[in-house]
Amino acid sequence: MTDLTNLTVAQIRDGHRAGDFSAVEVAEAFNANVAGAKALNAFIVETPEHALAAAKAADADRSAGTLKPLSGVPIGMKDLFATNGVQTTAASHMLEGFVPRYESTVSAKLWDAGCGMLGKLNLDQFAMGSSNETSYFGNVISPWKRNDGGNAALAPGGSSGGSSSAIAARLCPAATGTDTGGSIRQPAAFVGISGIKPTYGRCSRWGIVAFASSLDQAGPMARDVMDCAIMLENMAGFDPKDATSLDMAVPNWEAALSSDLKGKKVGIPKEYRLEGIDPDIDAMWDAGIAMLKDAGAEVVEISLPHTKYALPAYYIIAPAEASSNLARYDGVRYGLRDLPQGAGLQDMYAATRADGFGPEVKRRIMIGTYVLSAGFYDAYYTQAQKVRTLIARDFEQAFASCDVILAPTAPSAAFGLGEKTADPLSMYLNDVFAVPASLAGLPAMSVPAALNREGLPLGLQIIGKAFDEQGVLNAGLAIEERAGFNARAEKWW
Amino acid sequence: MSIDQATVRKIASLARIAISDAEAAAMEGELNGILGWVEQLGEVDVTGVEPMTAVIPNHLRLRDDVVDADPLTGGNRRDDVLANAPAPQHGFFGVPKVIE
Repeated sequence: MTDLTNLTVAQIRDGHRAGDFSAVEVAEAFNANVAGAKALNAFIVETPEHALAAAKAADADRSAGTLKPLSGVPIGMKDLFATNGVQTTAASHMLEGFVPRYESTVSAKLWDAGCGMLGKLNLDQFAMGSSNETSYFGNVISPWKRNDGGNAALAPGGSSGGSSSAIAARLCPAATGTDTGGSIRQPAAFVGISGIKPTYGRCSRWGIVAFASSLDQAGPMARDVMDCAIMLENMAGFDPKDATSLDMAVPNWEAALSSDLKGKKVGIPKEYRLEGIDPDIDAMWDAGIAMLKDAGAEVVEISLPHTKYALPAYYIIAPAEASSNLARYDGVRYGLRDLPQGAGLQDMYAATRADGFGPEVKRRIMIGTYVLSAGFYDAYYTQAQKVRTLIARDFEQAFASCDVILAPTAPSAAFGLGEKTADPLSMYLNDVFAVPASLAGLPAMSVPAALNREGLPLGLQIIGKAFDEQGVLNAGLAIEERAGFNARAEKWW
Repeated sequence: MSIDQATVRKIASLARIAISDAEAAAMEGELNGILGWVEQLGEVDVTGVEPMTAVIPNHLRLRDDVVDADPLTGGNRRDDVLANAPAPQHGFFGVPKVIE
């Protein structure tokens, strides 16, 4: 019998519908993989009973002829989504033991669609990080190893590192992610899977622990493009509880998938050719250009002149919003309280926040507090928001001459745990290709394209016009079909 | 411009984060590294450019003026609201003494 954990979301959905296997068999197979993969530390909480209950319901619905769009599909839930009755921590000590009495909109939609939950996935603390090394609950380990015979533990990317590691290791067929400055795309690239950040506003932010509200956007991570389309259809949609939710119908992305790119123009941004970049990255990019030409697209060079200012603008705007959002953790209403003997209210706030936040979170709150403080607001924050306008304008002008943009997802393959933790700046620079699309609110996805000389996956990024997730998915599919990426990490865990 | 340890302590106090002298010393270097790097934004000509307010054009909606129209975000959920409070008392959030 086939190993059910090798099946994609579409294969599980269709196979269950056809009666090839029961949803309970699927849930049990994934539950077993989750239980056997503690070494990866991908989950903060495992919920096998949730997955089984949804599976039993899916099997009953099949008998009754009332199947739902994702009946029988168990998934992983990034621990940034509030889940009713299940601990939700954002990988922080601050929220350790926090058990929401409500369900986030995105997770509720997935449960309504028939999905079951295998567990809550580890991440960088409050989604701040690019390597999953800032979690209070320990590093997530990538299932991948370099082919140099060494045994170095590699980063699964971040912040959705639990999601990426779990999917690559076949602990779940798909998972939710969130992307503020690359947190879906970069981890997807690091482990050889796909992930899409839709247009800002497609997925409701209600019930997602807030990091930088003008950037935060949920999206799916899965093994292939079709699964991303299927998952996104069941996550997106208007929600009156989120003021920035898009009041637009959710397209049928899966049905409209097509890798025929005849008549489409693909823009290649010249500013993304970084001097001194790993030659494997440029080689993969050139191969991707050839693949899209082969799919019928015309390739044009474009210019995004403010690219080099995207990261510095991001590292003002995101911390500023974070310092404001994270002001809510005060030790009064929920989460940790640290009340030193005889302390007053102000001391309780300061002690609680000193104890509850990790170093990277504190660093960003401090930066944000500084750039928003009187006397510096205009020089830093207003200036960054103006630069953000210019970055969005760059894309607008580029899209006058192309339909999608092709670029690498990250400037390197997965790096080793601990290699970048000493220098926060070098970690930030890993998001150089991911952040511009975030600042402009555009849909963007990563698809696995090649292995580098160390035997590690590399991802290509497709950036689309606002609301054109279809164009992004279609170009992603064209690459997927031609790259034929089917490498997977050898099991060691 | 660079910040000194006194400024670091001032920011920490504004952010309500207790820090030790050793942490303030370590943060001085880290924050200056990051702030020095973002300074490059100053070289961008932003004459006549409006700061970004909404990345995707949208309009703010008003909900219907109906009490508890959405049971999830409406009222009458005191016990749910207090369920995760570290020190609830008599149906309220408990805090240390504020007024002498």
